[in-house]
Amino acid sequence: MRTTEAISTTELPCRVKELLTGGHRLALIAAHHDEHALRVVYLFTAGPPDTRTELHIHLDPDRPELPTLAPLSFPAGRFEREMRDLFGIVPQGHPLPHRLVRHFHWPRGWYPMHPDAGTPPPFGEQEGPYPFLEVEGHGVYEIPVGPVHAGLIEPGHFRFSVVGETILRLKARLWFVHKGIEKLFQGRTIAAGLPLAERISGDTAVGHALAYCLAVEEATGTEVPDEARRARALLLELERTHNHVADLGMLCNDAGHAILNAHAQRVREQLLRLNREITGHRLLRGGIVPGGAALRSVPDVRRLKAIGDDIREITDLALGHSTVRDRFTGTAVLKTEAAQEIGCLGYVARASGLTHDARVAHPFTDHGTQLDIPVHTGGDVLARFLVRAAEIDTSLTLVEHLSLTLVEHLADGLIAPCAAPARSPAPGERGRSGVGLVEGWRGTIATRVELAADGTLARVKPVDPSFFNWPALPVALADTIVPDFPLTNKSFNLSYAGNDL
Amino acid sequence: MNAIGYVAVAGQVMAVVIGAPLLTGWMRQVRARLEGRAGPGPLQPWRDVRKLLRKEPITPVGTGPAFRAAPALLVATTVVAAALVPLLSTDTPVSAHADLIVVVALIALGTLALALAGLDTGTAFGGMGASREMTVASLVEPTLLLSVFALSIPAGTTNIPAIVSSAAHAPARLASPAGLLAIAALAVAILAETGRIPVDNPSTHLELTMIHEAMVLEYAGPDLALVELGAQMRLTLLLGLLSSLFAPWGIATSASWAALAVALALLAAKVLLLGAVLAAAEVFWAKVRLFRVPELLAGSFLLALLAVTASYFLNGAA
Repeated sequence: MRTTEAISTTELPCRVKELLTGGHRLALIAAHHDEHALRVVYLFTAGPPDTRTELHIHLDPDRPELPTLAPLSFPAGRFEREMRDLFGIVPQGHPLPHRLVRHFHWPRGWYPMHPDAGTPPPFGEQEGPYPFLEVEGHGVYEIPVGPVHAGLIEPGHFRFSVVGETILRLKARLWFVHKGIEKLFQGRTIAAGLPLAERISGDTAVGHALAYCLAVEEATGTEVPDEARRARALLLELERTHNHVADLGMLCNDAGHAILNAHAQRVREQLLRLNREITGHRLLRGGIVPGGAALRSVPDVRRLKAIGDDIREITDLALGHSTVRDRFTGTAVLKTEAAQEIGCLGYVARASGLTHDARVAHPFTDHGTQLDIPVHTGGDVLARFLVRAAEIDTSLTLVEHLSLTLVEHLADGLIAPCAAPARSPAPGERGRSGVGLVEGWRGTIATRVELAADGTLARVKPVDPSFFNWPALPVALADTIVPDFPLTNKSFNLSYAGNDL
Repeated sequence: MNAIGYVAVAGQVMAVVIGAPLLTGWMRQVRARLEGRAGPGPLQPWRDVRKLLRKEPITPVGTGPAFRAAPALLVATTVVAAALVPLLSTDTPVSAHADLIVVVALIALGTLALALAGLDTGTAFGGMGASREMTVASLVEPTLLLSVFALSIPAGTTNIPAIVSSAAHAPARLASPAGLLAIAALAVAILAETGRIPVDNPSTHLELTMIHEAMVLEYAGPDLALVELGAQMRLTLLLGLLSSLFAPWGIATSASWAALAVALALLAAKVLLLGAVLAAAEVFWAKVRLFRVPELLAGSFLLALLAVTASYFLNGAA
């Protein structure tokens, strides 16, 4: 299922071009510090059928340099910048050799992921101002927003270049909440890594935990029982539902139609209480464990039906409201080609006509015929609203179906937390690795795990779909008016925490 | 007799100053209940004002007199307008000065002061908010004037107390096409002037969509209390004016204590009712796209123009 090729730096661009034209997508790039060498892993995925291809490149630790892949793949260029900031690996010929993750007050030449990095040094001198591109011309002005916002929003800085009310250019500056999660994973036991994975992005507890567990299970060769897989699928869909409902409500709120938000949040609260009954945690933490799933109960089908009807009524009311619909229609269009080139994932991609879904491409359980992937081609706020409304329907159908098949197992006490993977490492065995690909509610999450000889985590690289989707936001906003930005931003609803890691 | 007149003026000012936060609180409470929320109760705006007044005054570096004078000017213009406009009585010592153009100019002066203050901060939001507010104001003020002109034509004067007292004596005139068109135009203009949905969203926290709030983002402490109080007073004043113009029943047209007391009770009832209707309407409306706002306001201007035309021709026929 997963093939690994060790290749040299000179072969890299050729091979990558081959993979990309062959229908693969770049899922992640992760650098590793081995004992005497630097190693970079490129993970390409395609599906169905589920195909995962890894390219491994060994670099000289004294002169860590790579040929850039930016001209071949836009996300690759961003991974390379991330790698340069954290590891000091230089992508040669990169078209945008600016800092990305490390803000300008971090001292030059200090790379946090380096084994000898030590504790973070004190803030140094600012290395010049951030290179915002200035738009010049008659009547062009700049609006700086953030990183501290008026509402309860995560920190990010947006710089709008505006003429009148029309946005000419938007620059989003992120990584204000870089917490060093990849570093925090290192040296933890598998069990201790799980709570961290659940907290990569608080609203995606199941998605990230599941990707982490799938990767760990592949690395340790653990088999997960079929009913536990179905329980995991159930939790994944529940997470999708409660997040989608909240966002549909908030989209209405941003259009000034607060009553639908009030009702959407009421439904979300019901779902959160349901979540607590099922896993003991409102955001479904603790539901997914390495080797299995832990459910306390399964949702009642009648309750799900009532919730589904409620949600459908809310979306119908929103779409039937002429002003709300007018605000959504044609706002911030992300064209299919742009979404394709940027490498968008999740509902953002599916609202722009791309059909990618990891539940189809990389299934961890059989979803049966209930899985229906809604795709719209409008690319505007309305399309994203419609895709998410349709996804709620699909998710609830799946939850219902899965609940029915799980009820009997629950009575037998089968869905209890399984024992943590117990395969003891063979002496001298090293470099066991695994990859987890999960369709979280925002899109495909990819997590790659490498275990050390003693069974602890040597390296965990999670990639939230937000990392791929963030660059699409400024593209969609070109020629949109400033007052429609909050609506657009909410329709993307990207994670800052998941992006900044 | 003169004493009653001065009491009426003082009563109007007090009713607007004290009643404004209560009206806002009442509207928020109505809205909260309609949306299925508990709501903080109608006294919350007063608590907010009290809290803000106790804070230390802070002004941003680099701001000048325009920024510091604006809150006081906003409240002062509204207080003067509240004294002039016939809310409780049409027979007061100042009613001879209560010309329509004076009142609209006073309201516009408050708007202008805030817009200048927004520009004075030198921030992107202040400038953006001021620009949007001026765009809206330039469309709203003519509508305010024109819609009341429709009523002033039959009364033969632009003196508001005279218009109101003549309407109180001939209420049938209000149900005429001119009267109804003028009500619709004035209602839309008031929504826009006071920054309500569908033009502006007073409860949003999203800086980029704001109109009124964006201008006043830099205010804090007692200045913010004045700005908020001023905005609430304008809403109360304009709703009071709307009810006096189109439902003048109960307003004191002569100097008597009993008439004044009845007028106060009826004013409170009418404004609370209007507030509740507005709050209920806001539950069902959404905010229109910013570029649709001029269309909406142009529509209301057109209604006002039709009202004047209708009023003129119907008057001529009679």
